[in-house]
Amino acid sequence: MNENKQALQVAALKDGTVIDHIPCDKLFQVVSLLGIKNMDSNVTIGFNLDSKKLGKKGIIKVADKFFSDEEISRLSIIVPNVKLNIIHDYEVVEKKEVHMPDELRGIVKCPNPKCITNNEPMSTWFHVIDKENGILKCHYCEKEQNKENIKLL
Amino acid sequence: MKNRSFVTIAEHSKEKILYLLKMAEEFEQRPNRKILDGKVVATLFFEPSTRTRLSFETAVNRLGGRIIGFSDASTTSSTKGETLKDTILMVSNYADLIVMRHYLEGAARYASEIAPIPIINAGDGANQHPSQTMLDLYSIYKTQGTLENLNIYMVGDLKYGRTVHSLLMAMRHFNPTFHFIAPKELKMPEEYKLYCQQNGIKFVEHEDFNEDVIAGADILYMTRVQKERFTDLMEYERVKDVYILKAEMLRKAKENMRILHPLPRVNEIAYDVDENPHAYYIQQARNGLFARQAIICDVLGITLDEIRL
Repeated sequence: MNENKQALQVAALKDGTVIDHIPCDKLFQVVSLLGIKNMDSNVTIGFNLDSKKLGKKGIIKVADKFFSDEEISRLSIIVPNVKLNIIHDYEVVEKKEVHMPDELRGIVKCPNPKCITNNEPMSTWFHVIDKENGILKCHYCEKEQNKENIKLL
Repeated sequence: MKNRSFVTIAEHSKEKILYLLKMAEEFEQRPNRKILDGKVVATLFFEPSTRTRLSFETAVNRLGGRIIGFSDASTTSSTKGETLKDTILMVSNYADLIVMRHYLEGAARYASEIAPIPIINAGDGANQHPSQTMLDLYSIYKTQGTLENLNIYMVGDLKYGRTVHSLLMAMRHFNPTFHFIAPKELKMPEEYKLYCQQNGIKFVEHEDFNEDVIAGADILYMTRVQKERFTDLMEYERVKDVYILKAEMLRKAKENMRILHPLPRVNEIAYDVDENPHAYYIQQARNGLFARQAIICDVLGITLDEIRL
């Protein structure tokens, strides 16, 4: 009953994508990574909603938008365990998992202040050298970092 | 056109390394050849490095090429805020090849991606210095007659010394056994020990440095222990004299053993070692000329067969 009410709080989606069970502290990073600010779609962002799984959770519903695999894989560095529900005609037709990509371009900042990417107007580029532990290696300065410590650009 | 830049040694195959050594050997027999006649080489040193620059410029001069460039970025427009990209693209209009040294890590990789001409990395911050590694490999090859199955002892600053890290990676093709001799604060970092394990490279660690420890060495690779690397100055005072090589420590050394050092040395090799037949660090620097001649020709697409003509 309670869940139904909550579902009513956030508008039901006819077509689009629902990203549910986002840890609250990651919600706004996800919003920014997906570039929602620049979208024309009808977007609902739920913050601090009650969740059986997480206690509190975030949720994002984007109408009439289906993210590409590249866009989805960006999420892997901050929310590797979320699933995307693809909605057609009010039904979940597909659940997409987030997979760690082989490389990340222009998303993450290199932690090395002496790296060229922090000193030139250019994109960063990381190779994911260990998907399980989320270890990224800078294509330029070759320094490694763990995904726990990453900073987004 | 395939970019033939020379940015890091790690991406070169065993065959490629051996090919470049053969080429260096060829140049050692006859360093003066006019194969770069009509070519212009730019040496862009955003950070001063007299030794490396002279070595590259000598290599070009002996091959008949011409040189443009700068030895210190303070006299260039990068102090006015010009980006590296603009500097590289501007120089690409004039030269056939860029040799660059930069204080930022990854600068040479980036330059190689944007430049229409080949880039040779002459050092990018603490990251890579692959021409140094080539001359180290050539020195080892020349003095031992092979790169295979050697006992290589690395001494001193193994934590920050990029030359030891690059050499370690380049030697992975040749079944070496490494001995790492360093104070606790300057130990070989975990990532390189992991690299050894992943590549099946044997290694032993020591803190002591004496004639018994080095008795099994084919190559003794000395590096400088720098005071500014220590967080604990008491520790520096304790170890600063421990990692100094003296002639008396060479009594048990194998006959073929040679002492290498990337130079400049300060006090880590006592002057009484210079006259010792095991000393090789001055000749080693001369090998840099031939190794760099080989690298220059290779990035310009000049083959071993062509230089033999």
